[in-house]
This record gives sequence, structure tokens and C-alpha cells, in this order.
Amino acid sequence: MPSQYPIDPSRTDLAREFMANPMGPHSAALQRIVTRMRDGEAAGRYVLVTRVPHEEWVLAQISGQRGVDLTLLEDQVFSSLEDAERAVFKMRWELITGTPLLLD
Amino acid sequence: MLDKKIAGYSDEISVAPGERIRFMVSCEPGVDRYQADIVRLISGDRQPDGPGYRDELLPTSVSGEYPGRTQETYYGSYAVVPDSPAFAALGSLSLQAAIFPTLPSLRRACLISKMDVDAGLGFALWTDPADGLVLQLGDGAGGQREFALGRPFVAREWYLVSATYDADSGEIRLRQELLDSYARDTSSGAASHSSDGSAAVGCDAPLLIAAASREEARGKPIGEMIFNGRIERPVVASRALEPGEIEALRSDSVPLALRSDVCAAWDFAQAIETDDIVDISPNRAHGTLINLPIRAVRGSNWTGDELSFRHAPDQYAAIHFVDDSLYDCEWDVDFELEVPADTPSGLYAARLTSGDQEDHITFIVRPPRDRATASLALLIPTASYMAYGNSRGGIEVGSELLANRLHVVSPEERYLNRHPEYGNSMYDDHNDGTGVCYSSRLRPLINIRPTHPWLWQLSADMHIVEWLEAQDIPFDVITDEDMHQDGVSLLERYACVMTCSHPEYYSTNMWDALHAFTQRGGRLMYMGGNGFYWRVAYRDDKPGAMEMRRTEDGSRSWASEPGEYYMAFTGEYGGLWWRAGRTPQSLVGNGFIAQGFDHSSYFRRTADSHDPRAAFIFEGIDDEIIGDFGLIGGGAAGLELDSASRAYGTPPHALTVATSEQHTDAYIRVNEDIGHMLLSIGGQDDPQVHADVVFFETPRGGAVFSTGSIGWSSALFHNHHDNNVSRMTRNVLDRFLDPAPFA
Ligand SMILES: [Fe+2]
Repeated sequence: MPSQYPIDPSRTDLAREFMANPMGPHSAALQRIVTRMRDGEAAGRYVLVTRVPHEEWVLAQISGQRGVDLTLLEDQVFSSLEDAERAVFKMRWELITGTPLLLD
Repeated sequence: MLDKKIAGYSDEISVAPGERIRFMVSCEPGVDRYQADIVRLISGDRQPDGPGYRDELLPTSVSGEYPGRTQETYYGSYAVVPDSPAFAALGSLSLQAAIFPTLPSLRRACLISKMDVDAGLGFALWTDPADGLVLQLGDGAGGQREFALGRPFVAREWYLVSATYDADSGEIRLRQELLDSYARDTSSGAASHSSDGSAAVGCDAPLLIAAASREEARGKPIGEMIFNGRIERPVVASRALEPGEIEALRSDSVPLALRSDVCAAWDFAQAIETDDIVDISPNRAHGTLINLPIRAVRGSNWTGDELSFRHAPDQYAAIHFVDDSLYDCEWDVDFELEVPADTPSGLYAARLTSGDQEDHITFIVRPPRDRATASLALLIPTASYMAYGNSRGGIEVGSELLANRLHVVSPEERYLNRHPEYGNSMYDDHNDGTGVCYSSRLRPLINIRPTHPWLWQLSADMHIVEWLEAQDIPFDVITDEDMHQDGVSLLERYACVMTCSHPEYYSTNMWDALHAFTQRGGRLMYMGGNGFYWRVAYRDDKPGAMEMRRTEDGSRSWASEPGEYYMAFTGEYGGLWWRAGRTPQSLVGNGFIAQGFDHSSYFRRTADSHDPRAAFIFEGIDDEIIGDFGLIGGGAAGLELDSASRAYGTPPHALTVATSEQHTDAYIRVNEDIGHMLLSIGGQDDPQVHADVVFFETPRGGAVFSTGSIGWSSALFHNHHDNNVSRMTRNVLDRFLDPAPFA
């Protein structure tokens, strides 16, 4: 069973807090959202794959199975770990709440 | 390096000048040649803010180019019994065992086999995902005939299985019987088949338990179709036995009336501490276990009245086989080194390079066996390296809840995931979900490398090596295995022994040696966190192997089954040293209390720090805040934290000279210290979540200084060693090397 903590899509203030400081520490309210997002099954979980050490990472999804390679998402390349966290947060926000995260 | 392609291992981990060490290397296709050199390791952390990688070439005959080749690894556990006259007269046949299949639906798996496949001679008993028990008999003409029971097994239940073949009548009988009883069970049953009685049951192939084999390598049959699960009291007989006779053979002796029919009856309750399996029939057709299947596990008749296999061996007559265990890769040697006589003690590696490919097969040159060559010894925690070696959790689970961020997968992790044959760490499960309780260093340990991007164990310990090199203080390097074998006499050659960042796994010999050292005037600097936590065992006849059981509680990725808390290697009670009455706090003044992996924190000086007894520690330091910087998580108080506790055994006179604070909510107290579950968990709410820097004097002028945090050593390099963590560490080291006794 996935984490049950509800994410209120109107709390874009918390999303803004994440975007400003994706590595935390977060406020308690934001951390609960982040904890919900980081929970879940291993199969399909997002990870970052080092392409150039300390410089470039590609988003990927792990298989959750020994000996089965991860799947690279070649169009999602990041030059900072913070940007990668922001992108995944945005995807998960929409996945969980059903509402796209629009901050501008 | 987008893709790692080269890795190796050595036959020894610690060698003295004049001794030999051999290196085995395997390359994936594309690496046709590689350069090998022996180097002394000075520094490893390649982070942009880190000290970078540095080594120093040791001129040896090893330096040169070598051909790259792929070396095969045969893994998974099974037993081999050589062919013997015991099996010569086979015409009719009975096979039986109690079995506990853990992955019956995965694929067909072999319970017992003695088969010359090409000639169509012999027999094999299988579990099949759909058909349950299956008997194969040679047809004498290059083929096999198969007889199935037709009911699938339920996983993780005990069954008595038997198959008989009567050569006179041609009748085949199969039986599988659930030993527990469930309403609506459909997995028990029997079947009989008729045949013309022409099966060719005899052959000169070796007999295997838990595997079948078609070919040999390195002098052994290669195990295939390995059975995952437990097998108890397998028996081979030369007559089609009746159900009552089969039941009578579920015993630790062969009934007199059956002795002329039984070819072999293996009692796995005997010789549990070894690789031997003992045949209790008059034939004495003993066998050998390959790749460390798990012994000292509960059998089908375990009652729970006794918890140690030594107290009721009869209830531990099972062996748990798994298809992914490994003791020794047994690769061919690529090159070997005779350590030159004048080689200074240190941390060394066979450095392999090929284009952008590299590997560092790390080993230790200890001082000559009869003496020390410095006053300080750095104690390399090879037991803990073996426990963590080939940890697969990152790429397999990718947990974000430990570090509170996305997991970053390195090329090394993808390489390891491509090579399940290199075996697992003690943090992983076997393929059947059973926790990994044995490790070995006779295989590539991919993450135990000085430059591994996950700064943990060796790669984190390089911060200590780098700092010591920069201090220009001579030091010898010794290992857990040296201490285990040589005892306190090895340590007593030194004024001071310094640990690495995470010496978590300790054998009894190691604990005894280190404790005796502190009680005889030695000085111990414990430079990390979560040390002296799990109890492990070595086996003298199994070099490079180690056992551990994750019992009762403790921060752990799996848990041993009840009744399986005693280690097969030694019979010792496994698990936390605390549960054996030896707390880390009683040895070093602090012990594991909390962990977290997002942001590290800092220490604040305490009132105790102004005690004159602690004055030497803070010489030249005016700061109240210690270590608000570091290369892992940004602070010296981080990762795994140890605190002082009188209740857990911290000596009454110990001084807690600094305490960490303001840990994040990703830091959680260890479960063994939690009684009732309260809402106040996490570093912000739980005051127990903190590390203590502890100092205390020991008898005969000795002393102990404990940093209380794995993160401590990651702060040493900050500002090119000009910082208060480095200064404190240096102050303590200078005083600990000074022979003037402590009070
Ligand atoms: Fe650990």
C-alpha cells in the first residue's frame, strides 16, 4: 500500500519552498510531501545515472530486479542534482495530485 | 567511464614484506589489454572539493601490460559426492528427503542427481513449477524418461518427498507430503507410473545434492538448475522402499533392517562447522559443500525448545541452498607480487588501467611479522569491508528515504548489477529472499575501492589515510584479519591504534584483542561511528570467508529466522555484541544510537570539555562549535552516530567533551533502543539523536578517544587540514603517542 499522506495541490507555497531549496532541510509540511513522493515500490523508481562524474546525470528508472539493467530516460539530462530533484518533484506532484504544478 | 568493464581480486588481503600475493582479473569484451602497477594509496575522494585521487608507484616486476580476458565464475551452492562403490549396484532405486522449497515457481530445480546426460544413464529428482516432484531416469540410449507427480509445491513449507523405481515391476511411485497440515491443501499427493523396467539407473557420474551437472570446471562438477531452499536427510537406496521404510529413514541412524538397501543417507546435522556432509550409512559416501550453503538452520522437526544447533543438532539436519552464493571465484592468476623486502607498511593496490577503465585491487602491506615499524597502527576494518562488499541495495532498491534524495547510480553499480555471479553483500537478500549471512573476499568487491563514489568504508577511510600522510606521522597498517589471527600481541607493539570510519563487524578474537589492548596501557582512537556492533565469525579452514547473523534487533536490512541466531562457523551466538553482554560503550565509551544520510551536523563543546583532564584535546581551539563542515553531508556529526550512556556501559569517569545537535528528521534512533513507539522520532524531536565525543583513561596509563560519528573523518581535509576537527584529532594523536601514562 502506498503512503496515504494527502498532497493538497493548492499548497504551491510548499512547492515553491522545494524549488528554492530542493536538498533541504525542508519545513515539516514540505517534508511530509517529499516523504510521500520518495516512498513506493522499487520497480520503476527514478534514479540518476552518472554520465560525467560531478557534472552530468541522466534520469533513469530501475528495474527492481537483480541483473536487469535500469532504463535510461535519455531526454532528461541534468547538470545539477538540484535541477534533477526539481524535475522529479514536478512529475510526482502531477502524478499524485492529478494537477500539473504551475508556479509562474 | 560510462561503463565499468574491468575488475579483479587478490588471494590475500594483508601481506608482509617477502610474502606473495596473487591477482586475478576479468575484463568484459572491449578491454583487450590492461596496464597493471602496484601503487601505495594516499588519497581517494574525487569530489570537486575533495583531496582527489593520489597514489605513489611502487616499482615492482608487476608493472606492465597484460592481456584482458573474461573469466568465468560458477556460483550457487550445492553438494558433491564423488562416485563410489556405494552406488554401483543400482538397478531399482529410492530417493527421498524432506525439502523446504523457497522458489518452487521460479524454474525447474534439482534436488538430487547422478546423471550422465549424454549416455542416458542415471537418475535425477526435481521440483517443477507446475508438476511438483519429477523423477528422471536414464533410458540407456542417450535420453531420459520423466515421471511427474502433477501438483505444484507451496513455497516455504516443509514436504517429505520420495520417488521409487522397481526394476522388476517397472513401477514408479512419487509422493510429496506437506508436513504441516492445512485445510484445503492441494499440494500433497502421490502418483504412480508404469514402465517397462528398462531404465538405466547406474552411472559413474558424481552425485549432486541441490543441483544437476553436465560438465566440470576447475576440478569440480559445475552445478546447474540449483535448488533454492532447504534439504534434510536425503537418502539414496537400491530398492523401491515402502512408505513405512521411508518414514523410518527420517532419523539420525539407518535402521539395521535397511542397511543393506541404503546406498547413502546424509545427516547434515553432523559437521555443521565444516563443508563436509556425512553419510551415516555403512558406505560412508561423504560429500563436500560448494559455495557456502547456509548451515545451522532449522530442520522440519524444529520444536523451538532449543535455540542453538549445538543443543539439539537433530533439529538442525537441514542445509539451505541458494542459487546465488559464492565463496571463491577461483579465477586463473593474472600476475603475482612478491612484496619487496623493504616495502613500507601501508595501504596498497594493484592499479589496473585501460583507456578510461580502472580498478584498484586493494590490499595491505603489514610490517614484518615480528615487529612494528611505527608507534601508530591504522587498523583497516576488513571485516566491515567484507560485510559491505558488493552491496546491491542502491541500484536494486534505490531508496530515497534513507538519504532524503534521489539515488545516484554509478557505473560501478551498473557493472555489479550486470554481474550477479560476483555474489552479494551481507546487506542483500539471496534470490529467494533469504538474508545473506556469509561473505567472502575471494571475489571482486566492487565498492571496496579507494575511489568509489559512494564514500563509505574504504573510500571514506581514505580521508583518514590522506590526513595521516599530510601529518607526516609514520604509521603501520594492519587489518581485522591480522588482529583476529595474532591477537593483542600484534596491537601491543604500538603506542596507539587508530580505527577507520566504520569498524562495525567484530569477531570474538578481534574484540578480545582490542579490549585487552585498552586494558594494558594502549591508546585507542576510534575515528568513526557504529563500531563494534555486529558479531562475526571466521573459519580457520575457510580463509577469506566470514559469517554473521542478523538476530533479535539492530539496524538491519534482513533478520535471521528464530532459532538461527547461532553461527555455523563457530557455534557462537550471533547478532549484536550488545546481546552478548559486550556493548560498544563499554569498549570505547559510546555506541550506535541514530543514523541519517541527508545533512550532517556539528558538535558543540560541553562542560566536560573544560575539565583539566581534557585540556590537551582542545589545545589551541577556542571554538564552541566543532566540525560544521565536511565532505559528506557538510558536517563532522553525520551518517551513523554514537552516544555515551552509563546504562549501556560507558565508564563512569568518561568525559563527553562534545555533543552534536540539530540533526534533521532523516536521523532516526536505532530500533534496539526504542521500547514503546512514540510520536517523537527524528532528529528534531528526539533528544537521543545525537553523537558524543568521548574521552576516558584506561588501566595502566592507557586511554580511549572516540569521535562518535562516521562523518568525523570527512571533516579532516577541510581548509587543507586547518580546522578544529583536524586540530582536535592531531592533539589527541600527539598525546596518545606520548609514552607519559594517563592517570
Ligand atoms: Fe554499517
